[in-house]
Amino acid sequence: MITNLFYFLSFVAVLSALMVVFSRNPVYSVLYLIITFFAIAGHYVLMQAEFLAVVHVIVYAGAIMVLFLYVIMLLNLNRESEPHKSNILKFAAAICSGLLLVVLVGSLRGTELLKHSEAGEVSSTMGGVKNLGKVLFTDFLFPFEIASVLLLAAMVGVVMLAKAEKKTNL
Amino acid sequence: MISFLIYKAILVGVVFGITLFIAAYSTYAERKVAAFLQDRIGPDRAGPFGILQPLADGLKFIMKEEIIPNVSNKILFVLGPSIAMLTALMAGVVIPWGSTLVINGETYSLQIVDLNIGILYVFAVVSIGVYGIMIGGWASNNKFSLLGAIRASAQMISYEIAMGLSIIALIMMTGTLSLREITELQTGAVGSSWNFWNVVYQPVGFLIFLVCAFAECNRTPFDLPECETELVGGYHTEYSSMKLGFYLFAEYINMFISSAVISTLYFGGYNFPFMNDLGMDQNIITIIGTIGLFIKIGFFIFFFMWIRWTIPRFRYDQLMNLGWKILIPLAIINIFITGLFGIL
Repeated sequence: MITNLFYFLSFVAVLSALMVVFSRNPVYSVLYLIITFFAIAGHYVLMQAEFLAVVHVIVYAGAIMVLFLYVIMLLNLNRESEPHKSNILKFAAAICSGLLLVVLVGSLRGTELLKHSEAGEVSSTMGGVKNLGKVLFTDFLFPFEIASVLLLAAMVGVVMLAKAEKKTNL
Repeated sequence: MISFLIYKAILVGVVFGITLFIAAYSTYAERKVAAFLQDRIGPDRAGPFGILQPLADGLKFIMKEEIIPNVSNKILFVLGPSIAMLTALMAGVVIPWGSTLVINGETYSLQIVDLNIGILYVFAVVSIGVYGIMIGGWASNNKFSLLGAIRASAQMISYEIAMGLSIIALIMMTGTLSLREITELQTGAVGSSWNFWNVVYQPVGFLIFLVCAFAECNRTPFDLPECETELVGGYHTEYSSMKLGFYLFAEYINMFISSAVISTLYFGGYNFPFMNDLGMDQNIITIIGTIGLFIKIGFFIFFFMWIRWTIPRFRYDQLMNLGWKILIPLAIINIFITGLFGIL
């Protein structure tokens, strides 16, 4: 049952991820990306990480993708106004994404598959809010705080950029 | 195992039916309340006091000609109202509609599923609910629809933040995300072994949550996405027949669900005063509690309508100012004060 669900979700995730790249209409791309995020949230649920799944849906599908869709609808991109990139840019993009693929494969090659005995130890409360909170504020306190400072810096930066633009307009 | 599944299936069916019933009669109630507030009679032709009016309205929606504009994106045009309806109905799953019933020594919980992240689930459903409006508005290929859709998305994002922050203060107090546990912590209200309802501890949080609930449901004074003075009909300008009906219906379902969430979080859910002093059977207490919950929900639905027919619509910049410059700082201060009380 769970294996079948896994294959189904993986199929949906991969297919819609491909459709993100191949669809001509940017609005369709965003909608396929939303489906991809839901499939990934389904994977989190399969791994007993309900909190992560729900936060994933709230943040990615519920907030970030809404803003993506918002911007794309405002720009109203269609085939006539589609920006045409030069061949050099396309070439550079292909090389960059190829390099990213190499990095990802390289980093994932070193990891070992979780052994079945270890996988059995994952309890149902593993991904729960209480456990996650405890782990975040004890073992991973430093990275957690660093991430929060990073987010704060990004927020302040955005506010500063918006303010500066306003001054030049006046 | 099978009986468990059958019980849950029956419960899902009952909740689904009650949700649709209440949403249908909310439309009737809305017109009656509007009539009452404006010193009119309101619908009174279909049946005694017009109580068959929702049936008449539904029949009319189904019988009307269905128009899909030629220039629209057909698939997404149909998908829009479907998503709006689907997400509206999904949130009822985690709400505890009552305590437990004991029949033949077996306990039956009047809640479809008690997720330990219940309140976050409600948030997730609410946050994806805006796609129905956005997709429908964009697929209509109409400037007014598109403006309505864009307004809806910006409003949703802005008020979700304040809503989330107001909930954080509540969660800091209760220490749980499960809606059933939050309800259990408010048991009694008055009488022996009592606890106050959360609204006593979190009045500011409740106020912020209420305002945000209005905005998330696109109700007046926050119904800018369908502002008919500027945008014809907003996101549903091009819709006709039952697809328009779905959009309107989804709004009433959202109203019902948010009333239920407000009652559960801040007004004790299925708890009622003196519930531990009556000395009655557990089952009877449960049934009275469920009726009590529906009375609370009914009051909040009435409150939604009361506001709608009393307060005019905001301007869009006023709406954004309220969301970003008043509600969010207020919610953050509320979190600080709650934390301070938690330490003391």
